[in-house]
Amino acid sequence: MTERIGFEPKIIGFLCNWCSYAGADLAGVSRIQYPPNIRIIRVMCSGRIDPAFVLEAFKNGADGVLVAGCHLPSDCHYLSGNFKAARRIALLRKVLADFGIEPERLRLEWVSASEGDRFAAIVRDIVEEIRKLGPNPFKNKDGETQ
Amino acid sequence: MANEKLKIAFYWAASCGGCEIAVLDINEKILDVIQLADIVFWPVAMDVKYKDVENMPDKYIDICFFNGSVRNEEQEYMAKLLRQKAKTLIAFGSCAQEGCIPGLANLHNREEIFEKVYLKSHCVENPVGTVPQTRFEAKEGLLKLPEFYDTVKTLDQTVEVDYYIPGCPPPVSLITSALEAVAKNQLPPKGTVLAPPKSVCDECPRKKENKKITKIYRVHKKMPEPEKCLLEQGIICMGPATRSGCGAQCLNVDMPCTGCGGPCPNSPEQGAAMVSALASILGLEEEKDRYTEKDIEELMRQIKDPVGTFYMYSLPSSILRRKVMKK
Ligand code: SF4
Repeated sequence: MTERIGFEPKIIGFLCNWCSYAGADLAGVSRIQYPPNIRIIRVMCSGRIDPAFVLEAFKNGADGVLVAGCHLPSDCHYLSGNFKAARRIALLRKVLADFGIEPERLRLEWVSASEGDRFAAIVRDIVEEIRKLGPNPFKNKDGETQ
Repeated sequence: MANEKLKIAFYWAASCGGCEIAVLDINEKILDVIQLADIVFWPVAMDVKYKDVENMPDKYIDICFFNGSVRNEEQEYMAKLLRQKAKTLIAFGSCAQEGCIPGLANLHNREEIFEKVYLKSHCVENPVGTVPQTRFEAKEGLLKLPEFYDTVKTLDQTVEVDYYIPGCPPPVSLITSALEAVAKNQLPPKGTVLAPPKSVCDECPRKKENKKITKIYRVHKKMPEPEKCLLEQGIICMGPATRSGCGAQCLNVDMPCTGCGGPCPNSPEQGAAMVSALASILGLEEEKDRYTEKDIEELMRQIKDPVGTFYMYSLPSSILRRKVMKK
């Protein structure tokens, strides 16, 4: 469909303040190229990300969501926020599948402050994957078939 | 004016009838209600017609208790009509407040539901494949049925609602305190949920020890130890994500909370709150040394039917409201 051809995925990225946001910043100051499809929201910790944030993002038309935090097991500034995030995201993926949203649209990655290149590579990868999946199925239709 | 009786109405939409019985559970207090008020419309208990409501002047009813969610055209019509005729409209019970069990139909659409109910159920014999139509030209004239919608809605997604009384069905104490507030003309600000602002855990007599769990047991698979928090014994209990007012009745008889009280105040969504709460205590042993993504997935696989568990009562009022259907 024509809609697909011009489709530019919108990705919301929730990045933790201590590692991943700094990693994204490094990608920026190092001028590493990556697609502009991601909108980044800085949070204090990946463990601070309420599943409701992710659901709101999908409700408001995000085609994909990236949650990024400090590497497991022991990089988390708050000791165990990354473990909480890992478990929440795993459970939330199951919930999303029940709602008819492909779980692949929700990604969890660990990016340290020194991994600007890794951050850029992840964004490239997500954008390609979401491009293949197509637009968020909730968009326009509101799930209604009538 | 002072000794003029209040005019009260009760109506049911997509509900099981339990809310109607809950009204009678207030026992002899119902006599106080009669002292105080005239019941002008209550289809389950008296012979009144929709036409009688249509003929009432606007705002004629003082308080309308509306139970049930809105899943078809007739219910939507009655919700709008009663909103027009009532000064105060109260969403009574979980169905009207948040969709409740009928709202789980939002995991399907009309086509799927009709197929299951009228064509594919084992007990159904329907060789010509008849499903309900909204209009049918019979010899005797045009027959009409209300349209069945794809999506179940809550009352406040249909019309403006003044107050909410949560519960499936609402506990007697919440009903009587609401009636007392009405009688004394002491209703709180519009939009209030007429229940205490605490969680079920706060009312629960069981002891919490902040223990982590590694295994989930379905409710029929384990005899719970008395006095200990069920969640910390591995039985999923919606207590931490559910608004109280019930006195933790279920927990007193060894059954976990399933969440009928709806979300706690200020929580954006009951389901998300429970995902958060459960994922924070469900972990692997010595996870710091041996975590892999596979292990975590395995751990979460123990949770059967996540939406049916976390959104048993709140799917239509959740952030996403329904499952998106594939074209
Ligand atoms: S989780 Fe359930 S059993 Fe545990 S304290 Fe809360 S309500 Fe009680």
